[in-house]
Amino acid sequence: MKIQPTPRSPLHQPALHESGVRHVTGEARYVDDLPLPPGALHGVAVTSPHAHATITRRCADAARAMPGVHAVLFAEDIPGSNLIGPIVHDEELLATTLVHYVGQAVAVVLAESLESAQRAAAAVEVDYEPLPSIQSIEAAIEAEQFIAPVHVIARGDVEAALRQAAVRVTGEVACGAQDHFYLETQAALALPEENGCLTVHSSTQHPTEVQNEVATVLGLGAHAVVCEVPRMGGGFGGKESQATPFACFAALGAHATGRPCKVWLDRDTDMRMTGKRHPFLGKYEAAFDADGMLQGLWVKLYSDAGFSADLSLPVLDRALFHLDNAYFVPALRFEGLACRTNRPSNTAFRGFGGPQGMVVIEEVMNRAAHALKLDPAQLRAKNFYGAAPRDRAPYGQEVPAEHNRLQRIHETLMRSSDYAARKQAAAAFNAGSAWVKRGLGYQPVKFGISFTKSILNQAGALVLVYADGTVQLNHGGTEMGQGLHTKMLTVCAHELGVGVESIRVMTTATDKVPNTSATAASSGSDLNGQAVAAAASEIRERLRPVAAGLLELSEDEAADLRFEGGVITHPNSAKSVPFADVAHQAWVQRVSLSATGYYATPGVGYDHATGSGTPFYYFAYGAVVCEVEVNGLTGEHRMLRADILHDVGTSLVPTIDRGQVEGGFVQGVGWLTCEEVLFADDGRPLTTGPSTYKIPAFGDAPLDFRVDLLPKAPQPGVVHGSKAVGEPPFMLAIGAVTALRDAIAAFGEAEVVLSLPATPEAILRAVEHVRAG
Amino acid sequence: MSGPSPASAPDAILLRTSINGDAVSVAVEPHHTLLEVLRYQLDLIGSKQGCDKGDCGACTVQIDGKPALACLTLAVHAEGRAVTTVEGLGDAHGGCHPLQDAFDRHDAAQCGFCTPGILMSADSLLRRNPRPVSRDEVREALAGNLCRCTGYTKILDAVVDASEVMHGHGSDDAKKEVAQ
Repeated sequence: MKIQPTPRSPLHQPALHESGVRHVTGEARYVDDLPLPPGALHGVAVTSPHAHATITRRCADAARAMPGVHAVLFAEDIPGSNLIGPIVHDEELLATTLVHYVGQAVAVVLAESLESAQRAAAAVEVDYEPLPSIQSIEAAIEAEQFIAPVHVIARGDVEAALRQAAVRVTGEVACGAQDHFYLETQAALALPEENGCLTVHSSTQHPTEVQNEVATVLGLGAHAVVCEVPRMGGGFGGKESQATPFACFAALGAHATGRPCKVWLDRDTDMRMTGKRHPFLGKYEAAFDADGMLQGLWVKLYSDAGFSADLSLPVLDRALFHLDNAYFVPALRFEGLACRTNRPSNTAFRGFGGPQGMVVIEEVMNRAAHALKLDPAQLRAKNFYGAAPRDRAPYGQEVPAEHNRLQRIHETLMRSSDYAARKQAAAAFNAGSAWVKRGLGYQPVKFGISFTKSILNQAGALVLVYADGTVQLNHGGTEMGQGLHTKMLTVCAHELGVGVESIRVMTTATDKVPNTSATAASSGSDLNGQAVAAAASEIRERLRPVAAGLLELSEDEAADLRFEGGVITHPNSAKSVPFADVAHQAWVQRVSLSATGYYATPGVGYDHATGSGTPFYYFAYGAVVCEVEVNGLTGEHRMLRADILHDVGTSLVPTIDRGQVEGGFVQGVGWLTCEEVLFADDGRPLTTGPSTYKIPAFGDAPLDFRVDLLPKAPQPGVVHGSKAVGEPPFMLAIGAVTALRDAIAAFGEAEVVLSLPATPEAILRAVEHVRAG
Repeated sequence: MSGPSPASAPDAILLRTSINGDAVSVAVEPHHTLLEVLRYQLDLIGSKQGCDKGDCGACTVQIDGKPALACLTLAVHAEGRAVTTVEGLGDAHGGCHPLQDAFDRHDAAQCGFCTPGILMSADSLLRRNPRPVSRDEVREALAGNLCRCTGYTKILDAVVDASEVMHGHGSDDAKKEVAQ
């Protein structure tokens, strides 16, 4: 394409996406696009139609006799362990005696075509005796079905604060599930290798987990399994832990039949079998003084974990860690419980509980603004974290005032979005419009960066320089559309001083970088970026004396050599030599041209028992002002304009970061407005495709969308001053709820009661409630 | 669907069609969709299967120049017609369609999975309107294409930009690049 490689460092510059040309020509291959070797089989799971039941009989005789069928596998056909799970192994890969949700796998059929596998799966006989099931958070609370004991974070005397409050806000807020709806559904292709080994191509955010779980299921060492990830057609957390069972099915099939096996889910099956964003219920009591300063906050959070632990406990932790959002809370008690229900196991989804926590405090802020008759934006800004003592998060970590960008972002955005004037303009519009009303919402976000399970904050890279000066870059992160490969390419090019065109980013593979963490928690660029920089700079420093030799420079002069644009230059003498010549000379001199890089985030740690510690390396900040228009007759709305100012530090690649901000915000608006996951009372999923589950489409994006990255904001201690960006912008979308409430409030006098997601039905109910006064 | 069709099946029908300008004869099963034949018999994997129900637009191709959902079109429907997929999009433009170039300049593809279908819908819009198109026109023409990554703004920018480039009103950057 026509973006030319930058002559100097490509860092901090707009960049062509690493796969950009292949994306637009159709050449980019995802797992389902990989050519199938001859003899390959297709795997289809036989799944439970019951939300909770005892299995009384299983028979595959008829299915096994069908044409093209090579195997029907039950739990007893698993050579290793049938138990899997990302943290605790509490899920059966194939159910033995009990099923716990509609869609749980009981058997896997392997056949020569997908059609014959589907027909045979329908012919596998499984008899069930249904049991009572738990289908809501409330029912799980009633039955005391929890994944783990309560997690408590507390400080100060919240009871006293509530007693002395000038304004006290009490209530409940619930937020719903969200399907990831990655455009590419779950897929895996397992290839048998010599000596019982396997290579598994998987659409996963966590190749190491696929490797380990496949090895566990097959009773092999991890060294017998290689997991490769070409790229994903979206992940959003849905392929962090939940790509694993499908990779295990494929591997199990390959192991049992000796043939390549592919497992690919159609959309309906994907939406039935996989977990979603956790629904949450928050009960709260908040105390404000007469000026609107938050004095105390009590919150009890319940999440719907689904049938197993999966990642529910760290999701709950992150929800608790974000109940404060951007606001200092002097006295508090936060309690969290993950409820066990008969639903697919809910899992990671962009924000990882952070959005669900923030929804609670933002509901408190909106209701308090109503009670105090204050502008909701002013109330929020008043309560920002600031200088000591207002710089301690609920869990005790410092929110360092010198890196706190809330106030700066707030002031800039209030001016650039013309908030005050537009509030007045909306009020004037509303005075003259009976059935269409406008409203504005302001939403600041503070989001903690790091895996809260501290050991996961590590990453590795492997850089190979060839004697012709070209480079292969391996790192532990996976590409799911977030632009990680593009950023890593940029970091590597900068460190070696070569053009991006001479570097090839390799398929993520566990035989190149071992023991990786999931590409998750917005950490892909921070962690892998440091590892890539370490590996590439080590090779650069090995090349320095080689280049000095070629240029006949002294050791002191070598220190001044600059690696830029594919040329190594001595600035004082203007002597230079191409990078490729130096690479060749290094080979001749028998200097190693490959290096690994490794990084571990320093200083993070959290003590569950005391509810205190430093779970985060730093915080990311941002804010939005958005304006909506609500139709009081239909409940429909549209977003007229959104102005975002987001802090990405010194962006590694601003075009990529902008895409993350825009896409995250719209995805968040989807969660809070149009995306509604529904189940029947007996646990059958009712929303299993885009015809019943509405994600935002072209017409749902803000009509006028203005996104700016905060300038002059380098983050110390992070690769080249950048900051994580994957998740934080998602939570800006909570501003849409504030804007909708503002518009709905214009229909009457009563306090707005708006349930989430704010679908047209929910908005219409809220309008009618307000009008009824 | 996934996996190669058993084209030797007894009820297979010989399909004669044109794909990206090439005459193609291929034995297809009467119940197989155009998408299955393209992807799993002809290895034209650019067209994607996102929902299999005609709701996401990832499988969009053109049949006789009009956008069509390949997942809802039986392969036999292409008999005697001209099918264009993303792999052939650049053919009439010296290998690179202005839309493809604009998508790369605007970073309009993130995971890239919806991109081929969006390009085929957008190309159809641009050919129906031999003039620069408005954002509202693009929103309407692409209403049937879902994207989960971008938030749509960069795609709107790219399509409008490409239409302007094609009619001589491109952004300064784009004009300069076209001149090169």
